[in-house]
Amino acid sequence: MISVADARADAMWPDTGLTRVPYALYGDAAIYARERERVFMGPAWNYLALDCELPNPGDFKTTFVGDVPVIVVRDADGAINAFENRCAHRGALVCLERFGNARALTCVYHAWSYDLKGKLKGVAFQNGVKGAGGMPPEFRREDHRLRPLKVESFAGLVFGSFDPKTPPILDYLGPEIAPRVRRVLPRKVKVLGYFTQVLRNNWKLYIENVKDSYHASILHLFFTTFRLNRLSQSGGIVVDASGGHHISYSKVEPQSADGDYEAAALRADNAAFGLKDPSLLSGRDEFDDGITVQILTVFPTLVLQQIQNCLAVRQILPKGLDRTEIVWTYYGFEDDDAALAGMRLKQSNMVGPAGYISMEDGAVGAFVQRALPGAGADSSVVMMGGAGAESQPTRATETSVRGFWKAYRGLMGL
Amino acid sequence: MPVPVDDAAAGHAVANLLADYAACIDSDALEGWPDFFTDDCVYRITSAFNYARNLPIGIIHADSRRMLEDRVAALRKANIYEKQGYRHIISVPRIVLRKGAVVDAEAGFLVVRIMHDGVLDLFATGRYVDRIDFEAEKPRFAEKIVVLDSEKIDTLLAIPL
Repeated sequence: MISVADARADAMWPDTGLTRVPYALYGDAAIYARERERVFMGPAWNYLALDCELPNPGDFKTTFVGDVPVIVVRDADGAINAFENRCAHRGALVCLERFGNARALTCVYHAWSYDLKGKLKGVAFQNGVKGAGGMPPEFRREDHRLRPLKVESFAGLVFGSFDPKTPPILDYLGPEIAPRVRRVLPRKVKVLGYFTQVLRNNWKLYIENVKDSYHASILHLFFTTFRLNRLSQSGGIVVDASGGHHISYSKVEPQSADGDYEAAALRADNAAFGLKDPSLLSGRDEFDDGITVQILTVFPTLVLQQIQNCLAVRQILPKGLDRTEIVWTYYGFEDDDAALAGMRLKQSNMVGPAGYISMEDGAVGAFVQRALPGAGADSSVVMMGGAGAESQPTRATETSVRGFWKAYRGLMGL
Repeated sequence: MPVPVDDAAAGHAVANLLADYAACIDSDALEGWPDFFTDDCVYRITSAFNYARNLPIGIIHADSRRMLEDRVAALRKANIYEKQGYRHIISVPRIVLRKGAVVDAEAGFLVVRIMHDGVLDLFATGRYVDRIDFEAEKPRFAEKIVVLDSEKIDTLLAIPL
């Protein structure tokens, strides 16, 4: 059944392909509910965890798919399973802690207990007390279990999907994206820390911001203000066939990539404008390809970030129409030497909620959200770089923003 | 400044230092903020979750006073954010260790953020884990680890804590 709001949004999408986006999409409860059903719980892979967060049998983590609470757990066989975090009895959260270790998952409400594969193993007082009460004879434990997600790991990332028909993760990522995921996850990962950034805007405004390479040198003035020039850099945007995944990258030309790109890629034109302590710009070409920045998205809500040597997973979680959380998981590798480990920590000054080149992104979505009340049937303009959603050898384009809407409209039926 | 001779003297000196520190930030006199630190200071903002697990990443991670000066310069000249200010409320400090001219102290803090339109938010609570050097003419932070109780940051963190 299509609600009034759905019908309104359907009618509202102008007949201009992907170059217009109705503002109604950022503030409509019916759209939000449809997103949960068709995008987050639909045929899409959602990031759940890093494999290294759950090293031992019984290790679990609680997270979300969209706004749906989920448990991720490693079982005794070493497999990672995921379930909706909702007891099959009365619907309470089964796991409350963010991380933990358990031999069974037991709901605190009535002590229904599940094994690490989500099967119901124990029901308190199933046979009643002193021959009275208890479950009727037709009650069968095997009829009740935690609702499972399909789970696949790729390059140390654990993904889950509520829809059994979701294609294998490798097919989902496709031939352009998969190797670029592996590129930033080539070795055994070590978590360096977590932060959560709360945004006062709809989740899609942040996804668009990540995919929008047009704004980068305009909104983020750190490099220009300090006259930190990026010499001989090339770059571009890769959009996969679905439109939903993208890569934005910049690269130092091979002749100047000498393994230590501090001098080659970033230097102050004029010492008077430079940083007093430029050590945070020191980097290493750790993937041996001269690519200094790679921002990669996997539809709908995963961002993999390489900004020089600062590596992070950003998991985007909707928390209502106008509230979004970015869960930042910063990582390095088990075999990082001390110098590289130090670079990662120092370069973290550039990203995150206080990042020199990213803090504006925490607020700009809210600037749109706050301007929406009068938008009515109006639409935003997404015309930079044409009308399509194909890969382009420039970052002065909105092609990957259009790609997102292409994939989104397909799943949403809008 | 003389090196504190006992915990009471140290507590008094650290409380004064923290009061000056809060006044500097809350009055938007950020150009004076780096002077509260030694040349080779460590200043880091982290969360209790990360701190308890020895996870090293910081929202801000500086290992020199010059990096703090750069931070202020960036806030003044480069970064774009809505006008806002803080009000720090800092607890009586607890002296953890005195060793020569170095005092380790901890104090709880609460920071209210005041937006330009008058909206007030409880922006951060946590504790300062400080190492203070009394060697020079005025005490300075050799290390200041800002341990946030919550790892959630609303919108952005521009002004230091």
